[in-house]
Amino acid sequence: MADGNTSHRFERLPANADERAVEGRATRAAVLDYWEERFGVPRDVLAPYTFWEKGAGKIWIAASDVPDGLAVESLGMTFLRTRQEHWKPTTNAAQRFGRHATRNVIDLTREAAEAFVAGEDQDLAWDGDWGYLIAAHDVAAGAAETRGTTGEASDEGSARREPLGVGLYLHGELRSMIPKGRRREF
Amino acid sequence: MDALERYEPIIDDYAAFREACERPLPTVVRANGIKADPDRAVAALAAEGVGVTRRAWNPAVLEVDTDKPGNTWPYFHGWIHGQEEVSAIPARVLDPSPGDAVWDTCAAPGSKTTQLADLLDDTGLLVANDDNLGRLSALRSNAERLGATCVAVTNEDARRFTTEGFGIDAFDAVLADVPCTCEGTIRKNADALDTVGREASLNIAALQTDILRRAIRLTREGGTVVYSTCTFAPEENEGVLDRVLDDEPVELVDFDVGLDADPGLTAWADETYDDSLTKAKRFYPHRNDTGGFFCAKLEVGA
Repeated sequence: MADGNTSHRFERLPANADERAVEGRATRAAVLDYWEERFGVPRDVLAPYTFWEKGAGKIWIAASDVPDGLAVESLGMTFLRTRQEHWKPTTNAAQRFGRHATRNVIDLTREAAEAFVAGEDQDLAWDGDWGYLIAAHDVAAGAAETRGTTGEASDEGSARREPLGVGLYLHGELRSMIPKGRRREF
Repeated sequence: MDALERYEPIIDDYAAFREACERPLPTVVRANGIKADPDRAVAALAAEGVGVTRRAWNPAVLEVDTDKPGNTWPYFHGWIHGQEEVSAIPARVLDPSPGDAVWDTCAAPGSKTTQLADLLDDTGLLVANDDNLGRLSALRSNAERLGATCVAVTNEDARRFTTEGFGIDAFDAVLADVPCTCEGTIRKNADALDTVGREASLNIAALQTDILRRAIRLTREGGTVVYSTCTFAPEENEGVLDRVLDDEPVELVDFDVGLDADPGLTAWADETYDDSLTKAKRFYPHRNDTGGFFCAKLEVGA
């Protein structure tokens, strides 16, 4: 079994553990399991996509199906950090796919959302699991959104909820995982 | 003589043209359908007190009454992207279909790339290339913020690009939005005209011609190539197309984007160009209150 990861090429995730040829590499099945178990994202939301590793533990999601081993600068978007005890979704993955999340989503007030996107850690009450959460807030829905024409709108009761990114919740504190380049101060 | 004076014979209502070039541009953003319906972006901007005027020719193009659209929630969520109005023309002209394989030859910083991804419904394969490594990080971060998953970013010289490794023989559609003298950006860059002129245009035309030739050769028969620049210089526009029409299997085709445009030229200085160049379009600042732009649509034959 080969170990590690060839860092300049995009290598397709194996379908499952039986097909794994590179030690420690996440499988497609495990990635779909993770999003379903941790955030309640239905498997059919992610089913159309391909998943790749480039850079140890860095998982990419792509709409495109290209041959294995493509040597390009990027393919789709960075999606998930693996090869560590607790996997961590990227900010952009949380924004793009987090609307489908039904659990481990922490809803923030306007003030808390502003602090979160400024990169600040804050003391917050949360009686769910510790670990990586999707942080969300309410944004004006707009007429089309409530009609569901984007195909991504949540159910009516949460149609205005919008994911901001990923936070790490530990000991009563929500730590913002928004990367420096994505932070904003309103 | 100033750099724009040589265009007086070809620009209708030249005084209005010069006057428009002196005015600052309106602030315009493009709503990104990959992450939100444009209606929702408009509603969310309005909720923050930002006034929005939607452009009739393209309802995703929004004029906003703030200088800093980057400091809004819709920007943070990747629902809007700062993109000048005329910059939204060529992707609309290329008009790819979902599932297509598309090549963006000179993609950074990615405004047109992400618009193409949106038009593809974020499906298929969109290869976004740029030869400038320093500008790739902006391309990548814009694509990610806007939620595009159909984009593969490459760092190659477009003149020597190949489809090798992508599992395809040719692209369905290619955007050749080539490096140019950028005269049409004078309304946002006060120094845009400092180094322009016929000599500069003739120098860069060789590169533009080579990139366009490569774009045509990597497009399947029946596929579409769009050639665009943000300069007024005929040497970089009609002159490049005329040369390529002579010896590549392409022809210019008509298009309409719903903005006022002037036809491409068939004569300039001591040269004459193919009659079909009238199918290309020149977008002047005084016509639609935008920057300057040039765009041509080509169909690739056998």
